[in-house]
Amino acid sequence: MIITATHYVVLSLILLCLGLIGVMVRRNFITVLMSLELMFNAVNLNLIAFSYRLDDLSGQVLAIFVITVAAAEVAIGLGLIIALVRVRDTVALDEADVMRG
Amino acid sequence: MKFYDLIWLIPIFPLLGALINGLVSNRLGLKKSVTDAVAIAGSGLAWLLGWAAIVQWALELGIHNTHIVSLFSWFQGGSLRILDGSVAEVDVAASFQLDPVSALMVAFVTFVGFLIHVYSIGYMHDESDRAYARYFSYLNLFMFSMLVLVLGSNMAVMFVGWEGVGLCSYLLIGFYFEKEWCAAAGMKAFIVNRIGDWGFLLAIFATFMVFGSLEFTEIFPTAAAHPETYAAAATVIGLLLFVGAIGKSAQIPLYVWLPDAMAGPTPVSALIHAATMVTAGVYMVVRCNVIYRLSPTAMLVVAIIGGLTAIVAATIGLVQNDIKKVLAYSTVSQLGYMFLAAGVGAFVAAIFHVLTHAFFKACLFLGSGSVIHACSGEQDIRKMGGLKKYMPTTYWTFLAATLAISGIPIFAGFFSKDEILAKAFEAGAGNLNTFASTYYALWAFGMVAAVLTAFYMFRLVFVTFHGEFRGGEEAERHLHESPWTMTMPLVVLGVLSVFGGLIGFPGKLFHHPEWNLIERFLEPVILPIGHAAESGGHVSQHAVSLGLEWGLVFLSVAAASFGIWLAYRFYMGAGAFVRPRLLAERFSFAYRLLLNKYWVDEIYAATVIAGTIKLSRLLWEFDARVVDGVVNGTALTTVGSSFISGIFDLKVVDGAVNLVAKSYEVASREFRRLQVGYAEGYVMVMVFGAAILLGVFYLVKL
Repeated sequence: MIITATHYVVLSLILLCLGLIGVMVRRNFITVLMSLELMFNAVNLNLIAFSYRLDDLSGQVLAIFVITVAAAEVAIGLGLIIALVRVRDTVALDEADVMRG
Repeated sequence: MKFYDLIWLIPIFPLLGALINGLVSNRLGLKKSVTDAVAIAGSGLAWLLGWAAIVQWALELGIHNTHIVSLFSWFQGGSLRILDGSVAEVDVAASFQLDPVSALMVAFVTFVGFLIHVYSIGYMHDESDRAYARYFSYLNLFMFSMLVLVLGSNMAVMFVGWEGVGLCSYLLIGFYFEKEWCAAAGMKAFIVNRIGDWGFLLAIFATFMVFGSLEFTEIFPTAAAHPETYAAAATVIGLLLFVGAIGKSAQIPLYVWLPDAMAGPTPVSALIHAATMVTAGVYMVVRCNVIYRLSPTAMLVVAIIGGLTAIVAATIGLVQNDIKKVLAYSTVSQLGYMFLAAGVGAFVAAIFHVLTHAFFKACLFLGSGSVIHACSGEQDIRKMGGLKKYMPTTYWTFLAATLAISGIPIFAGFFSKDEILAKAFEAGAGNLNTFASTYYALWAFGMVAAVLTAFYMFRLVFVTFHGEFRGGEEAERHLHESPWTMTMPLVVLGVLSVFGGLIGFPGKLFHHPEWNLIERFLEPVILPIGHAAESGGHVSQHAVSLGLEWGLVFLSVAAASFGIWLAYRFYMGAGAFVRPRLLAERFSFAYRLLLNKYWVDEIYAATVIAGTIKLSRLLWEFDARVVDGVVNGTALTTVGSSFISGIFDLKVVDGAVNLVAKSYEVASREFRRLQVGYAEGYVMVMVFGAAILLGVFYLVKL
C-alpha cells in the first residue's frame, strides 16, 4: 500500500477533531492543554506532509516554529494552572469564572 | 575752620549720645560712669560747637547775614499753582540756618541743656544702671530734637524737631512708667501736643499753598514786600501756627498737660517744661513775626490768649501745695507773658523773656529738685519749712531766681517782664490795629498777674525755706545739701538769673537805646513791612512819653513789691498761715475753685474726653452693627448661594454624569449574557463560527 498525501491529511484531520473535541468537552485544565497540543501537532503533520509532497522546505521550517511557540504556550498554560490551583484549589476550568458577566 | 558751616553737627552730637546710651548702655546695662561720659560728651560738644559757630558767624559774617547750610534735598515732587499765580515745585531741603533768633536759642538751649545734664548726674544716681542710661538717652534725644527745631531753616525741618520734642516729653514724663499716673501724664502730654501739632501741620500746608516754599528766608521777605496780597492768607497761617504754639507752649485751652508733666524727674521738668521745649511755641511765633504783623486778627488772638493764660495760671498757682505744681503753673503764666509780648508786636521782648525765663525757671526747677532730693521725694511744701539752714546754696540760688521771676530790679526777669508790660501799655496807648481798649485790658491783666507771681513765688520761698521744719524728725535727719554736680548748675543759673537780664537793659529810659544789646542783636529778624514803617503791627516810638515809661517801671516794681509784702504778711512771722486759712474759709468757693484748678481737667473729662469716648462708642456701634452687618450679610448670602449651587451640582451636574453611566449600563445589559465564564462555551462559539465562515467561503467561492 502506497501512503499518499491523502492519508496524512486524513490522519491530521482526525487528530485535529480529537483535539477540538477534547478542548470543548473536558473540564480538566490539564487535559484541555494536552488536547490543544494534539491540535498543534495535527497541523504540524499536515505541514510536513505537504512539505515533503511539494519538495519545499519552508513547510518544515514553519513546523519547527509552531513547536517553539507551542512550548511557550505550554509554559504559560502551566503557569495559569498553578495560579488557578492557588486561588481555587482545583484544576477544573469552569471554576475560573471571575469574569462572568 | 569754619564752625558756622558745621552747624548741622550741633544736633548730631546729642543724637549720637542718645543712640549710644539708648542702644548700647541700656541694653548692656553699662556702668553709670560710661553713661555719664557719653551723655556729657553729647551735650557738651553741642554746647561748645554751638557757641563757637555763633561767635564765628557773628564776627566773620555779621549778624545781618542769615547763614544757611543745606545738607541735601529732603523730598520733592509735583508742582502747585500758588497765590501769586506762578507754579511752584515741591522741593524741601534738609537745611539749617543761623540767624539771630536761632543763634540765641541755640546758645541757651545747649548751655542750659548741658547744665541740666550735669545736674542730672547727681539727681538720678539712685536709679538702676539701665534706667539711668535710658534717662540720659532720652535727655540727649531731647537736645537733638530741640536743636533741630531751632536750627531748621524751613518749616518741615522745624516740624521734625517739633514732633521730636513732643515725643521726648512723652518719654520723659512717663519715665517712671511703672506708676500708672506717670504713664497717664505722659500720654496726656502727647495727646494734647498732638492737637497743637495738627494746627502746625495745617499751617505748613497752607504756607506751601500760599508761598510755594517752606524756607523762612523765602517766605518772609515775599510776605513783607507785598503786605496787601498776603494779608488774608497771613491770618489763616498765623492762627493755624498759633494752634501749634498753644499746644506746645501750654496756653489756654491746651495748658492742661504742663502741670501733669511734673510726673517726670525734676531735671526733666526744668529742661523741657520750663527752659526749652515750651518756649518752642514762642520761638515759632517770633520766627514767623512777619506773618503775624500782616494780620491784626492773629496778633489780637495771640495777645488775648497770652494775657488770659498769664492771669489764669497765676491764680491757680496761688493755692497749690505741690512745689513743682506751683512752678508748673508759674511756667504757664510766664509763657502767657511771652505770647502777650508777641501779640502786641514786641517780639524781641518775647524772646528776651524766653531767655531770662530759661535762666530763672531752670534754676527754680533744679532748686526744687534739690529740695525734693533732700526731703526724700516729698513734694508737699506743707511738710517742708526751715530748709534755709540745711541747704544754703539751694536757698540763695532759689531766692535769686524768685526775685528774678517776681520782677525786682537788676534781676533778670525785671527787664524782660517790664519790657513786655511797657509794650502792652504802648500798644494800648498807640491804639495798635485800633484795638486800644483790649490791649489796655491785657496790660492790666499782666499787671495783676505780676502781683500774683510775686506773691505765690515768695509764698513758696517762705513756706519751704523759712520757719520750722514740719516733716517729722525722721525726715529732718536726712536733710542735706546736694552734691556739687547739682549745686554747680544751680550757682551758674543763679548768677545768670541775677545778671542775665542786663543784655536787654532798657537804655531808652536813659536816652541810650544802643544799650539794649538784645534788641540790636535781634533787629535783623524783624523785617520791615511794605514801604513804610507805619504799616500794621508797628507801634510809634513816641506813643508813650519817657516820663510815663518811668511811671510804668515804678508801677511794676510796686506791684511786685506788693506781692512780696503780701506773701510776707501771710506766711512769715508769728501770724503765719493764719490769714490764708481765714481767707480760704471766708471765700471757700473761690478757694476750692483755685485749688481744683477751675475744674478744667474735670470739665475736659466731662466734655471733650467723655464726648470722644461717646463718639468712639457710637462709631464702634456703627462698626459692630452696620459694617460688621454688611460683612456678615455678605457671608450669609455666600452661604445661601453656595447651598443652592451645591444642590445644583449634586442634582444637575452629577445627574448628567450618572445618566451617562446609566445609559451605558442599560445598553450593555443584554451583551453581558455573552460572558458566561466557561472556556468551553467560548471554544464552541469559535469552532462553530469558524465552521460557518468556512461554509460561507465554500458556498460563495470568493
